Parts: sequence; C-alpha cells; structure tokens
Amino acid sequence: MKELIKRLEQNFQISNIVWQRENEVFLTVEKTDAVPLITQLNHYESFTHLVIMTAVDWLEAGKFQLTYLLNNNEIKADIGIRVLLDREKAEMKSIHHLWVTAATYQRELHEMFGIDFPGSPRVDEPFILEGWQEIPPYRRDFDTKKYSEKTYFPRPGRSTNDPQEYMKKKLYPEESE
Amino acid sequence: MKNKYRDKFPAKNPDGTNQIDLNSHKFIKVWQGPNHPGITGNMSLELILQGDEVMDCKTHVGYLHRGFEKLMERRRFIQCFPICVRIAVPEPDFNEYCLSSTFEELAGIEIPEAAKWMRTLLLEMTRLASFLMWIGGQSAAFGLGVIAQWGNYARDLMLDRFEEISGGRIYHMHMIPGGVRGLTPDGFEKRMEDNLREIEEIMSDIDKTLFNNAIFKKRSVGLGYIDPEIVDKYGVTGPNARAAGIPKDVRKDYPYLVYDKLDFDVITGKDSDAFTRADIRRKEILTSIDLIRQIMTRMPKTGDFIAKMPNVLHWKIPKNETYIRAECTRGEFGYYTVTDGSKYPRRINVRGPSYTHAVALMEKLAIDVNIADVAGLMVSLHTYPPEIER
Repeated sequence: MKELIKRLEQNFQISNIVWQRENEVFLTVEKTDAVPLITQLNHYESFTHLVIMTAVDWLEAGKFQLTYLLNNNEIKADIGIRVLLDREKAEMKSIHHLWVTAATYQRELHEMFGIDFPGSPRVDEPFILEGWQEIPPYRRDFDTKKYSEKTYFPRPGRSTNDPQEYMKKKLYPEESE
Repeated sequence: MKNKYRDKFPAKNPDGTNQIDLNSHKFIKVWQGPNHPGITGNMSLELILQGDEVMDCKTHVGYLHRGFEKLMERRRFIQCFPICVRIAVPEPDFNEYCLSSTFEELAGIEIPEAAKWMRTLLLEMTRLASFLMWIGGQSAAFGLGVIAQWGNYARDLMLDRFEEISGGRIYHMHMIPGGVRGLTPDGFEKRMEDNLREIEEIMSDIDKTLFNNAIFKKRSVGLGYIDPEIVDKYGVTGPNARAAGIPKDVRKDYPYLVYDKLDFDVITGKDSDAFTRADIRRKEILTSIDLIRQIMTRMPKTGDFIAKMPNVLHWKIPKNETYIRAECTRGEFGYYTVTDGSKYPRRINVRGPSYTHAVALMEKLAIDVNIADVAGLMVSLHTYPPEIER
C-alpha cells in the first residue's frame, strides 16, 4: 500500500497524506488530477468499489472538500481522495462512466451542496427536495432554524394549556375556583 | 418471466434502455408507492408499462427526508445517538456501532473487552431480527401472508430480548461512545436459548412452506438476475453480491469487534436471482443463531463495559476524518465522520447499502419484469429508504 502511494506521488500532485489505519489512507489531490487518479486506481490498481462520494463544507476557508472513498477488496485497503473546490464556482468532472452509482451521488451533491457535475445523467433533476427555492440545504450557511420559522408557523385558532392546571380544572372544578 | 417477443418492440436505445413514446398510446405510466403494500418503506417507483411488463423504472425518494446528517452537524457528539438510530429503523444498532466507533477512533479511545463482546451480540441479534422481518416482506410480496406473520412473531421474540437488555424494543441506543450501557441481565442466556430454539422451529416450518413452495419457486427463480460483472459498477454488496458468487463479507474481510474469534463461513450462491438471494438470507439466519450461541458461551459476564470518558457534554474531538464499516443484513454499512476540533461533528455521511441497491440497481433490474413481480423483486434486494435520503 505504501509503495502504491509512492508510485501515485510520482505521477499526480498529491499532498496531505494521512494514514488513518494501516489499510486506510486519506490524501488530497489537485482538482485537475482527481479523475485521472481515480481512473488509474479503478482500472490498474483494482480499486473497483466506490464506497462513498460525499462533500464537506469548509465555510471558513471558502472551500468544498469532495471525498471519494475507493476500496480494493483484494488487498483489503481503502483510499480516501480529497479534492478541494472553490465554494463560489463549485464544479467537478463526473465519474459516472466508471461507476453507474456515481450518477446518484452526483445528483444528490448537486442538490444538497450545489456542486455541479456537467454531463452526469439526470444531475439537474430533483433527487429528494421538490420545488426547493432556497440555497442548497447542506451548505453550512443554510440556517435551518430560520427556514423552519419562516416556513412553518402555529395554526390559527389553536390554544395550548398547561397540562397540570388544565386537568385540575377539568377533574376538580370546585377546587380550582 | 421475460416475453420471448420482447426484443422486437420497443426498440432499444444504445445504452440498453427501451425507446418509449408516451404519446403513441402503447404505454401506460403507473406509480407504485409511496403508499403501496409492495414497496419497502416510503418510496415510489415510476413505472412505464407495456401490457403488464415494465419498460422503464425510476426510483423517487424524499418522502421521509428529515436531514439526519445536517441535524447531527448541529448536535454535540453524544446528542447524535438518538438521531442516528432512525436512519435504518429495523436495524438501528449498526448506526450506533459505526457512529460510536468513528468517534472512538478519532478521539483515541479503546473500549473494554466485555463491551466488544456485548456489541457483537447486539449486532448479531439485530441482524437476526432484521432478516426475520425481511422474510415477512418477501413472502407477502408473493401472496404468502401467513409466513409473513410467522416471521414477524419470531422477530418479536428478539425484540423482547432487546427490551430486556436496553429497555427499548426498536431503538436501543445501548452502544454509546466508550462501550455499552450494560451487560446482559441474570437469566438472559436461558431466555435467549428458548427463543433461539423457537426461531429454529419456525425456520424449519418456513423452509418447508416457503422455500419448497411451488408458487414461490416459480415466481422467484430467474427473477432479478444480477450479473457478477456489474457488482462493482453498481456498488452491490451483502447477500445481493454473495448470491452472485462474490464472497464479500465485511465481517470476514475487515474483522471488527470480536468477529475474528468467531467461527462462521461466508455463504455464497451461484444463480444470482431472487430465489438464491432468499436462500442465502435463510442460511444467514441460521448462521446468526449459531453466532449468538457462540457469543453467549464465550462472552465475559462481568467486568468493565465502558472506558473512562471525558465529560461528554464538553467533549471535543481533534480535527480528523475516518470511515468505519460493518456488515449489516443488506450489505456494507458505514459512517464517514469528519471532525474539526470543536464540540460538534463537521460532517457525518452515512453509507447505506440501499443507496445503491434501490436506485441504480433497481432501475436496471425492473426492466422487462412483470408488474406483479416488481414488489417481490424490490424486497429481494432488501432495501430501506431512510438510508437513501438520510
């Protein structure tokens, strides 16, 4: 596994390598190198299983971190590939040609984070949210509390009671008077 | 079964999908779900039919989206536990295990030996309960409703044992960062053994009435064939991959807790259809019963069950990220957790096997299937929608 990472370092701009476990490593790669690196791992290094594809919002740094976690079941190892994208113009090449399921992940990331994957099948169709007008909800600057206060409100004509007082009045009307 | 004249009409697109023109009046669009007995949970399938055969299928989710991952970003680490169990209702313990393990790994906490055994026991119990519930879905989808009730009765026996351990029947929240909330109570082994014997009897009845049933065999053999070639491309894991002859099992490939000390085999099949998948799950039930017995015999009855922890209300975990996986009943279940050094997780992402099985794979397998078999096909993939929308 260590040899594999050394080989990859020769061909790709890799930084910030963190060995989380003996068989699990996370590394950062330049945006332009990401798809070639993933393709090489898939085609030549037997990393054939796309475990997850997700994003992390580093709002303070103005970056999205895309994480691709690839698994090789022959040598029982995982590589987590981080790609940093600008929050303002978040766009990434699609990998649906390597894994059919990547299209679903990309559709979800487009909806939840607003990261675009041009050419990915049905990427513009809503996945979970229908008719969503706000900023993508999984971004850190989306305020869930403000949204729910604006969208949901107490129904008029409803009143609430303190349960203890209410039951006392109902069961023992004489005493409460 | 596939119509032998099917390859003549409609014509195929280059990617293998059917050419469909709804204005030709030769097709009809039908929604199966979100409220439909033939759907697992709350999701819907948009089916385009010609006669009674499915020409195109699209999965629609979002009917129970509550934003669990986002909610957890706004909670302290310990407050995530009542939320995470809701992500896979019939087997919540995998959420507890994966989430607490990621926190422990990132914070550098080692859990006591007794807690490892207890966690393995809970995970096997939840696997057994979930498989028994699946039997109900699979048999009912083919019109064998009585077997569904037997399966649910057997599952209820396991829920009694969960209630005895944790106080909760569905959501247990027994695994917490650092270990578990307690070991087994007095007399638990005896009651568990009685339950296991009863479940074995029920399983032998189910073997006769479901797996040797002409209706079930006729409808499930050959249904929903998964080509071993597409297993990686479609992210297929668990019994669905093992039915295709691929021996993928996280418990063997990446042994966690005490699975390396237990004796069991990875069960694989050949035919990769709905019947083979059902048969693999039947054998998995028997394996789980055996594993529970092994664990009960060997697990420590006393000793520390929780590691020394900092005050969890003010617990800060250093900036890092990790991924922990486990083998749930449907395949690889995992949590990817990112921390930023604060009291809150930066990001928690759940990998549920249904995410790949119920969307891309289901959309592929449903094509050319008879409308009456769609429910059976869907249950044979064993999917839970909350994992998809999280």
